[in-house]
Amino acid sequence: MSEANDPSISIEALRRGDRQEFARLVDHYSPLIYRLALKMLGDEQDAEDVLQNTFLQAFRHLNEFEGRSTLSTWLYRIAANEALMLLRKRRPETALTDSLPEEEPLEEPTQFIDWCCLPEEELLSAEGRARLEAAIRLLPETLRVVFLLRDIEGLSIQETSQALGLSETAVKTRLLRARLRLREMLSAYYAERLNAGRKAYD
Amino acid sequence: MTDHEHAKCRELLGSLSDYVDGTLGEQLCQEIERHMRECQNCRVVVDTLRKTIHLYHQTAEPADLPNSVRQRLYRTLNLDEFSR
Ligand SMILES: [Zn+2]
Repeated sequence: MSEANDPSISIEALRRGDRQEFARLVDHYSPLIYRLALKMLGDEQDAEDVLQNTFLQAFRHLNEFEGRSTLSTWLYRIAANEALMLLRKRRPETALTDSLPEEEPLEEPTQFIDWCCLPEEELLSAEGRARLEAAIRLLPETLRVVFLLRDIEGLSIQETSQALGLSETAVKTRLLRARLRLREMLSAYYAERLNAGRKAYD
Repeated sequence: MTDHEHAKCRELLGSLSDYVDGTLGEQLCQEIERHMRECQNCRVVVDTLRKTIHLYHQTAEPADLPNSVRQRLYRTLNLDEFSR
C-alpha cells in the first residue's frame, strides 16, 4: 500500500501549467482514484465519470492547492466528494439516513464464531473474495468511504480526515463501525463455511 | 457471561480499532488484554476483526486502470500527446 507515495511531482511545475507534469500526475494517480471510485460506486461507468471529473477539477483548482495536505490526499478529497455527490444524486433518499453515525451507539457484536483457523486459500477463494467485495458495498456510504481510504488505499487517520473534511475522532469512530460491520458480515459467511467443512469431515 | 462482564465488553468495544492498529495507549491495551484472558467472546471479536482487516489488505489488488478508460481520460484532459 505504498502506491500513494509521492512520485516527486513538482507542484511548481503544475502551477506553471506544465502539461507534461500534469500528465505525470494523472499517470501516477489515475489507477488509485479509479480503484477508489469503483469500490465506492460499484459501477464502471460511474467510476469513470468520477475519475474524469476528479482530474478536471484538479486541473481547474490547482492554484488553490496550498500544500497543507499531500497531493494524493488532495486528489482523494476531490474524488471522494465527486463519488458521494454522484451517490446522493442517484439515491437522494439515502442522503440523510447515515449523516451522523458517530452519534448513534455502537452496534454490539453478535457473531462469536472463531473462523481464523480456516486456511487462507479458503478465506480468499473466488467466492470468499466476492463476499469481501459485496460486504463493502453493503456499508452505508459514509462508513464505506472511510474504510476504503484507510484500509484499502492505505491513508493514515490524519490523511483520511483531511480527505473527508472530518475530525480525526469522527474518522476513527466511522472506521471502527465499518470494520465491526464487515466483521459481522464475514463472520456469518465464514461460520457457514466452517460448519460445511466440519460436516464434510464427519 | 454475567451482566457485569458484558458491560466491560461494551466499554472496550470503542477502543478495538485502535487496539488492532497498535495505536492505543498502554493502559487501555493492558485493560483489553486482561479482559480478553477472561472473555472468550472478546477474544474472538479481536481475532476475527484483525483477520478481517488482514483479508482486505490481501485483496487490495494493485490498482489497475483499463487501457480504454485511460485513453478516454487522456482525451478528456487534452493530454493525448502524453498518452504513451
Ligand atoms: Zn468481553
